[in-house]
Amino acid sequence: MIKIKGLNKSFGGLHVLKDVSISVGKRKVVVLIGASGSGKSTLLRCINFLEIKDSGDVILMGKQVDPQKDDLNKIRQNVGMVFQHFNLFPHKTVLENVVEAPIYVKGISRQDAKETAIMLLEKVGLSDKACVYPAQLSGGQKQRVAIARALAMNPQIMLFDEPTSALDPELVGEVLQVMKDLARDGMTMVVVTHEMGFAREVADRVVYMDEGRIVEEGVPQEIFHAPQHVRTHAFLSQVLA
Amino acid sequence: MVIIYEIFMENLSAFMAAMVVTLKLTVVSLVLAMFIGLLIAFFKISGNRLLYSIAQLYITVIRGTPLIVQLMFLYFGIIELVILPAFWAGSLALAIHAGAYIAEIFRGTIQSIDRGQMEAARSLGMSYPLAMRRIIMPQAFKRAIPPLGNQFIIGLKDSSLVAYLGVPEIYGTALYVQAENFNPFQTYLVAGFYYLVLVIIFTFLVNKLENKLNVEENEVKYK
Repeated sequence: MIKIKGLNKSFGGLHVLKDVSISVGKRKVVVLIGASGSGKSTLLRCINFLEIKDSGDVILMGKQVDPQKDDLNKIRQNVGMVFQHFNLFPHKTVLENVVEAPIYVKGISRQDAKETAIMLLEKVGLSDKACVYPAQLSGGQKQRVAIARALAMNPQIMLFDEPTSALDPELVGEVLQVMKDLARDGMTMVVVTHEMGFAREVADRVVYMDEGRIVEEGVPQEIFHAPQHVRTHAFLSQVLA
Repeated sequence: MVIIYEIFMENLSAFMAAMVVTLKLTVVSLVLAMFIGLLIAFFKISGNRLLYSIAQLYITVIRGTPLIVQLMFLYFGIIELVILPAFWAGSLALAIHAGAYIAEIFRGTIQSIDRGQMEAARSLGMSYPLAMRRIIMPQAFKRAIPPLGNQFIIGLKDSSLVAYLGVPEIYGTALYVQAENFNPFQTYLVAGFYYLVLVIIFTFLVNKLENKLNVEENEVKYK
């Protein structure tokens, strides 16, 4: 589904991604872990071209994407993204947030978009909140709406950029539960998170990044119980302590 | 006091008519100024160096010169090319003037919208123009209302300068009336009163609009 080869990205003089290669198979869940500033989020944002790589290949669904030539808007329709700070549209109700892109990007009729949206809101447990504005929701509810909004475009891939980092601890569970359900339903997912429990339970593969490089990757069992690298070991003993 | 009252009553119909002219000047020029301001704001945030430079030059020149100079320059400049009634020449000059300030208001409010809003919109497959139109601008407009209201009040009062083109708005009428009755102090007081009334009404309307928009997002919306 996703193949990345030799990706490099710099911001000014800062080399954020150094020759990163990774591949994510269909229906697989890959969790990116690492300290902040290690390049996880940038890698994620390069997958849907919110950041444009400097060099390297991004191959999505078997097609090499050329950000100069290809219609990125079309590509992004297939790649949903959930952000740390939710980024719901505050001037629109929950329902309007979810139907916005299907109607205005895909051209789906309002009626059909609404039906799908209500179904998705039921899936994330928020159908009763359809008519309220985001300002009235808790962080966990906002993030669940954001997930429903991304799913409304019926994407092939879902990217999660620290989806629970801005939440109060007691609200983390409800968001992770929705993500677990999604993984169980067979969604291809790339997740940047500090929730090691989630990584252990849901991930097919865990990727540890440090200073813009992939240091180590493997099944959760290997990474968590027998890390090969000193740095992985040091990082994990810090976060799991 | 008695004289003020007399002047007020004697010139009631003239000032009422003048108030309509002032309102027309204000509304026409500010509607035009909104379009100019929006266009220039987009030039500034476009990332295109030529457009940015045009916008910057426009704003620098307009903010750097007095309105009365612009008014006279434009009026006597335009007369060389086309015969434009004083009202329209005045409206155009006011619009070009206010447009520079409104451009900065829009630029500021557009840029004040959290980056994540554009990113979320783009991540859903929206094009830049669609995201601007559906997601960024509605929020930016709302944020622009207080500074725009302020600019509108300034525009309303600036319209008094158009009197020097011979347009019979409030101040122009006062000029004429005080020349006839030799009571400038009382006449200008009456003129000031009309401006004050207009500004108070306008302020009230802006506040109402602001409150309405604020309340909306804190309510449940049924469809």
